[in-house]
Amino acid sequence: MLDRRRLLLGGAALALSGCRVFDSATEPESRLRALFASHEGLTRAAQRALIGDSLAPEYSEADIRQGQRPNGSTDPSGAGYRRMAASGFADYRLTVTGLVEAPQSLSLAALTALPSRTQITRHDCVEGWSCIARWQGVPLGTVLRLARPKLAARYAVFHCFDAIERGLSGEVFYYESIDLIEAFHPQTILAYAMNGMPLPVANGAPLRLRVERQLGYKMAKYVHGIELVDSLAALGRGRGSYWADRGYEWYAGI
Amino acid sequence: MPHGPLIYRHRLPTRIAHWVWAVSLFFLLLTGLQIFNAFPSLHIGRESGFDYDNAILAIGAVETPAGLRGVTRILGAEFDTTGVLGVSRGEVRAFPAALTIPSKTSLATGRIIHFFFAWLLVGTLILWLAASALNGHLRQLVPTLADLRALPRDIADHARLRFHHAANYGALQKLAYAFVLFLALPVMILTGLSMSPGVTAALPWLPELFGGRQTARTIHFLTMLALLGFFAVHMAMIILAGPVNEMRSILTGWYRTDGVSDA
Repeated sequence: MLDRRRLLLGGAALALSGCRVFDSATEPESRLRALFASHEGLTRAAQRALIGDSLAPEYSEADIRQGQRPNGSTDPSGAGYRRMAASGFADYRLTVTGLVEAPQSLSLAALTALPSRTQITRHDCVEGWSCIARWQGVPLGTVLRLARPKLAARYAVFHCFDAIERGLSGEVFYYESIDLIEAFHPQTILAYAMNGMPLPVANGAPLRLRVERQLGYKMAKYVHGIELVDSLAALGRGRGSYWADRGYEWYAGI
Repeated sequence: MPHGPLIYRHRLPTRIAHWVWAVSLFFLLLTGLQIFNAFPSLHIGRESGFDYDNAILAIGAVETPAGLRGVTRILGAEFDTTGVLGVSRGEVRAFPAALTIPSKTSLATGRIIHFFFAWLLVGTLILWLAASALNGHLRQLVPTLADLRALPRDIADHARLRFHHAANYGALQKLAYAFVLFLALPVMILTGLSMSPGVTAALPWLPELFGGRQTARTIHFLTMLALLGFFAVHMAMIILAGPVNEMRSILTGWYRTDGVSDA
């Protein structure tokens, strides 16, 4: 009720108080936020219907005019990660667990031995900027097929080495998830090389996700574990990703 | 003031659509500035230049011995915009808190509210277009050759602040409304969609039509300025042409036209 009244008074009060009347919408539990967020299901359905199986545009070498701008975590500080980075990720393992018939633990050498895909794509950040770079990696679908997903599996969850936040209960490591439609899309790859060089630490070494039809925050960096699940309710605060739990859209096509 | 008969000028779909658009554009503007603040520069091309410069506008802040200064760079020319752009109330932010929804920095909230009103605007625009095609209102809005011939006279009349209160829209009025409804709003919607990586996958030609994603973002911003310009003129015309009559017509539909003695 209070929210609705605030909304009505909003226009009038605006001249006096800036736009603070709508600040309650930043609170996750606010009814004003729930009203404004009511379009999310429609937005997602519209995107799904429009996008279908389409491929993100790929560009030419000539379109690569600069390095890939690093954003978010650029240098994970965990001791385990540091040690691994110092030894060139020789003892790195990617684990594939959860609802799979054959859990995997793959070294970087094993991953690079698999057939790879190279794509020059445009990275779109939720902040508004874009960067074109060349990404090489193993299609996520190839890795998931090795692990043989069970029929109940619906989402792939990515567990990462980087922690943006330190809460009272310890570090919050980055987590992200996509559904299996996106996971088996041919351009969804686990990239280990960028612009012809091994993936730099600032961009997510040794392995990062590329989900070319969505915004940058979906493309988890420093991935060490993939878990197949049937529900995202138990992950973080239940909305499926670090940034979705902090108010951003889980399906980030727009 | 006109003394002629009252006529029914705006049908219900037009009146409802007008006010839904007014509210939607208000929120779209202020949440748009919130979203802009997350990356306060405008670029030309597909990508944003970090290692090279393709920006036509950049709002930032610099540390000086006298404190933080807001700096706005437009086409290479730098302006000190402390207090308004770049730095306001001692805080580093492109557009000040008074011009963004929410007032504090929250890209996620800005996006949610922006997309909510984008749906509302697109939905009412489609419904209004369909209704106006059926009820004949669309034909009243599209400028004709006769309007173009009447244009010099209409401009001269406006310059002398002599306004006509007729059942039909004048030439300048038609051009202004047609610009907003058939050009500015569609460009706004299409450049907005061009920024979506999902839509880019589905319709790769769309961002290219505008010269790439970053140019589309720049056009989105410039069209916002054009709409603000329209709003300023729109308000001025209402006040000059008789605010009571104009407000009555957009609220109730009834508009008093010029009588014989007014001509």
